[in-house]
Amino acid sequence: MWMLENAFLIPLVPAISFVVILFFGKRFIGANRVHIVGITALGLVWVLSAVAAFQWTQRVENPSPDAIVEMATHGGDHGDDHDADHGDDHDADLAVVSTDHSGGEHGGGHSSPLIGPVISTFSQWWSNGGIEFAVGTLVDGLTVLLLIVVASISLLVHIYSTEYVKDDRRYVHYYAFLSLFTAAMLFFVMAQNIVQLIVGWELVGVCSFVLIGHWWEEKPNTDAALKAFLTNRVGDIGLLVGMIVLWGTFQTFDIDAINTLISADPGAHHLALLVAACCLMAAVASKSGQFPLHTWLPDAMAGPTPVSALIHAATMVVAGVYMIARLYPVFYEGLSIGTSSINLMAFIGGFTALIGAGLAFAQWDIKKVLAYSTVSQLGYMVMALGVGAWTAAIFHLFTHAFFKACLFLGAGSVSHAAHHTFDMRKMGGLKKAMPHTYRTFVIASLALAGIFPFAGFWSKDEILLGSLVGQKNSYPLMLIFGCAVAFMTAAYMTRVIWYTFHGEFRGHGQPHESPKMMTVPLWILAGMAVLGGVFNLPGPVLEPFGLEGLAHRIQTYAEPSVYLSGLGISHPDPSLNMALVGLALAVSGILVTYLYYWRRIGLHGLTERNSYAKNGYTFLENKYYLDHLYNDVIVKTVKRPIANWANRVNQNVLDRAVDKAGETARDTGRWIYKWVDQGVIDGSVNAAARGADSSGEGLRVIQSGKVQNYGQLLFGSAAVLAIVFVIVV
Amino acid sequence: MEATGFDTWVLSLAVFLPLVGALVMMVIPKAYEAEMKLVALGSSLAALAVGVYLAFQFDYGAAGNLQFVVDKGWIDVINSRYIVGLDGLSLPLLLLSLVVVPLCLIYSWNHVPEPGNTKAFFILLLILSTGMNGTFVSQDMILFFVFFEVVLLPMYFLIGVWGGEERRYASLKFFLYTLFGSALMIISFLALFFLSKDSSGELLHTFDMRVLSDVAGVGIVKSTQVWIFAGLFMGFGIKVPMFPFHTWLPDAHTQAPTVGSVILAAVLLKLGTYGFVRIAIPFLPEGAIAWAPWIGLLAVIGIIYGALACLAQTDMKRLIAFSSVAHMGFVMLGISTLTDFGINAAVFGMIAHGLITGMLFFVAGSVKERFHTLEISRLGGLLKSVPRMGWILGFASMASLGLPGLAGFWGEFPAILSAYNPGAGLPEETFRTYMVIAALGTVLAAGYLLWLYQRTAFGEPPEEFADYEIDDVNRFEWIAWTPFLVGILLFGIWPNLIFNVTDDVVTGITASVEAIATGR
Repeated sequence: MWMLENAFLIPLVPAISFVVILFFGKRFIGANRVHIVGITALGLVWVLSAVAAFQWTQRVENPSPDAIVEMATHGGDHGDDHDADHGDDHDADLAVVSTDHSGGEHGGGHSSPLIGPVISTFSQWWSNGGIEFAVGTLVDGLTVLLLIVVASISLLVHIYSTEYVKDDRRYVHYYAFLSLFTAAMLFFVMAQNIVQLIVGWELVGVCSFVLIGHWWEEKPNTDAALKAFLTNRVGDIGLLVGMIVLWGTFQTFDIDAINTLISADPGAHHLALLVAACCLMAAVASKSGQFPLHTWLPDAMAGPTPVSALIHAATMVVAGVYMIARLYPVFYEGLSIGTSSINLMAFIGGFTALIGAGLAFAQWDIKKVLAYSTVSQLGYMVMALGVGAWTAAIFHLFTHAFFKACLFLGAGSVSHAAHHTFDMRKMGGLKKAMPHTYRTFVIASLALAGIFPFAGFWSKDEILLGSLVGQKNSYPLMLIFGCAVAFMTAAYMTRVIWYTFHGEFRGHGQPHESPKMMTVPLWILAGMAVLGGVFNLPGPVLEPFGLEGLAHRIQTYAEPSVYLSGLGISHPDPSLNMALVGLALAVSGILVTYLYYWRRIGLHGLTERNSYAKNGYTFLENKYYLDHLYNDVIVKTVKRPIANWANRVNQNVLDRAVDKAGETARDTGRWIYKWVDQGVIDGSVNAAARGADSSGEGLRVIQSGKVQNYGQLLFGSAAVLAIVFVIVV
Repeated sequence: MEATGFDTWVLSLAVFLPLVGALVMMVIPKAYEAEMKLVALGSSLAALAVGVYLAFQFDYGAAGNLQFVVDKGWIDVINSRYIVGLDGLSLPLLLLSLVVVPLCLIYSWNHVPEPGNTKAFFILLLILSTGMNGTFVSQDMILFFVFFEVVLLPMYFLIGVWGGEERRYASLKFFLYTLFGSALMIISFLALFFLSKDSSGELLHTFDMRVLSDVAGVGIVKSTQVWIFAGLFMGFGIKVPMFPFHTWLPDAHTQAPTVGSVILAAVLLKLGTYGFVRIAIPFLPEGAIAWAPWIGLLAVIGIIYGALACLAQTDMKRLIAFSSVAHMGFVMLGISTLTDFGINAAVFGMIAHGLITGMLFFVAGSVKERFHTLEISRLGGLLKSVPRMGWILGFASMASLGLPGLAGFWGEFPAILSAYNPGAGLPEETFRTYMVIAALGTVLAAGYLLWLYQRTAFGEPPEEFADYEIDDVNRFEWIAWTPFLVGILLFGIWPNLIFNVTDDVVTGITASVEAIATGR
């Protein structure tokens, strides 16, 4: 299990690649060849991640005694566990410990053993109040799943970018920050404690900022970058406060310890967990584009398209989903997911899924459609977590990463071929010119729409099923939202395909297929869009083939049952009816749109004829006016009236008071010298007066004279104060 | 722990070497400018070398104890002694001060600001250096006060002679305002001298800070402690500066020459916060507990208010100056919680703010030198016209807004965290409210810094500078700036480098405060 214990090497590779590219790229490697460093590093990351994933499956399949966590009331022989894992091949500082879960009150009854995460720590990071805080890695199934996702998408984006940003004005910076982003994201997913979570969270945010603003000569791009960063900062208030509440409650930053403590005693600290969960939801809302903080994500499309695919579709934006999954006991207990039939997380997720899908209809920019689709799908994942369907959410995270990256890169390919536009009104009929892009795009769209047997079908079905069954109660509203979104998703993707690939070409020039470096990644991703579902197929599907053993692999490997079993989370039985309903909704979504565009059937021109429809469309077009609220109302008020008011108070009240005090002291001094003790009026007073009025000449002499005089005055007044002081005291 | 041999005077060497350099410079005729500069740099580097030696000889296992202690008779009539010593709280700040001065000398090497006169400029910097170093190692209140005041005059002249257009107003305001605080501070020192008793009730009549720290205000009734603390609060709070006593700072910073601003931000402001941690809190724990909620309130007001004022600024340097008010608010919030978490964060914040804001002022100075303006609306496209400087500005801005992985974060996050569970005897709800307000301040910080960056660094350079051939970062600037940049990154990645040193002292202080608060 060497790779699991030394997982820190995985983010280290792209971090080194960042330094090499940024500082030595131009001079020693050649500005147009730095991608070699990046791709090599990512290749290595991918191999290491694959090894880690393999070793993790081994750990689950054939657990060694120290990997199994006893959940019995008696602590068991934990001492032995430690000895077994304290390998002597480690430095003194680098201690590898297996998790020590003692004190749990949930007796056996589990058919399969609970596998603990692999935790390695280096305890010299920071200390405070006599406590040493470690930096380390926590590797479990969830981590390795994210490792695979991040490494795969990042590698493909690196390859794709060699053509897409070829001859870019800042090719070196582009690749450097792709590497840094990858490093930060990998660091984030293997965080051992919540401080590391915060660090990784912010670092991916700053990489996103840099890459959105990659072409910073144009103001809209920098506006988008700032908006992304500042919106995320708003959510970060929640992140900081929520994490602090967790610290205050458990007196530890250790993720494993926090999860274990909650899972051992789920009922305790309910209020603190509720506060923490609500605060952290604000962070999730900003990072993972949930209502009402989702508005930065569509603007973030100002960045290069491969960046959108990597950061704003597949990896960074799922950080919020990942954080919920990582700290699931906090949310599960805090928001009472197990017992309620609606809660904050489920509602935010479901509502976001709905409004995101709605907005996707009103966009002409193909990337913005995909961005809103991402918002909507992230809402799906959050909703799944909100109804207690942990595995469904992570499964959807996994499948979505591939097919959405495929769609974004497909959009990039289209724009690459069609005069760098993303406006679908200037596309059309690209099907013939770009067969590879067209086919991969359709495959990924089918996956996104949730058509059998593509990847999205399986994961979406699990989410709907999770809402239907829930835990103790079902989540009816979430089911309605989910079904509506299933229909809408299929519909808006069909609309995109119509405008982009069918009909007549409406742009300029001769569109052409993109080079191999771009189409090969597209096909790989399309392959995953087809096959991604096999990683978590329900048992009944596999039974006829005698492959039941391969069912629910993500559930088996990725689900941290060591934390979740204490909460009593159950998995719904597969339901054929639910799957058929979901499929029917998706198919009808496609069908209706097909009839509308291809066959010209339906209510064409409704928005012109009907004022309600028109208003509704305007409402959608203006993105529910949220941007107006944020930019024109909140930001402008803080930036202009409030800030100016603060500044005026500073100048006219506080500063004026100081000046006035100085003047009064000076006047008092003059008065005393003149009237109280006239005989003592000597040159020094006159010098002081002259000094006050003098202008410029003999600067230093006069100034030092002034200081003496004012110093005298000041000490005089201080002496008076001193007397008052002594009397009072 | 009394030192022996070489160790008895090595600390004084670090303090006074720059002064020796200044004296030597005074006797060198003006014509020998090159030699003079070398003497200045040499003496400050020698002091730095001594500092490095001290850092290596320092016993980190006993960072809570004073080391290299010297205790000699000085002004016997008032029982004031020459006592210096170094512990985990002094060491990082002393090193910061020792590092900053030679870098400022190098930065000014060939361009002492108008009206020139390298000799006077360098001599003042060296005197300033001695004052700052001495303040951080003094263990006698009169000695502390002398060093504390020695700092004032050179800075007054630096601003008043080499400053901008409003230099005389700004320098006088700086001088008088801080002197006013000092006057109240010395009264409190005297009160401590006259009122302090040891545990048996005997009057001590001592200025020895070690003793006063040990007795921890026992024997001074609470109401008196509150008054004495108020005097110290004025003395240190003006220096920090805390809202609403900050108004000298924007003027002083805006008018000061570049290195003056750098030293002001990097070291001078820390004299105030250091005073709180070293003197006000351990000497008067009950006074500190009574004042802490109010200090916390002023701190969070400072955070929000400073950030809002930043948003309204049109001048880059003035904006950075106001950002100091906000950042020192975080430091003071940490201190006001009276917890080890908060005070450690505060000390970290002092170092981090020194490096980051010092760096920002350096960049502002260099921008001004090249473009002859700091009007934000007239600048733009720095990333294009001076790309390296643009990157450094971006790096420092990111550090300043508290990005994790850079030094600023470690001053902010634990300080905010400490407000969740303030020290014994402090109102929990109040401090939790402060916590949320302070967290809000991090958003505003990102706002003003990124808007500054967008307006100055992004976009195309304005047309009025299109014809200029503008140099990017030059060699002197690289030498002066690299240690700042490395420090920001290094302490950000490995914060234990500082936490580990300060923690022992801080836990000692908070333990004694807690003992008083809980009546043990």
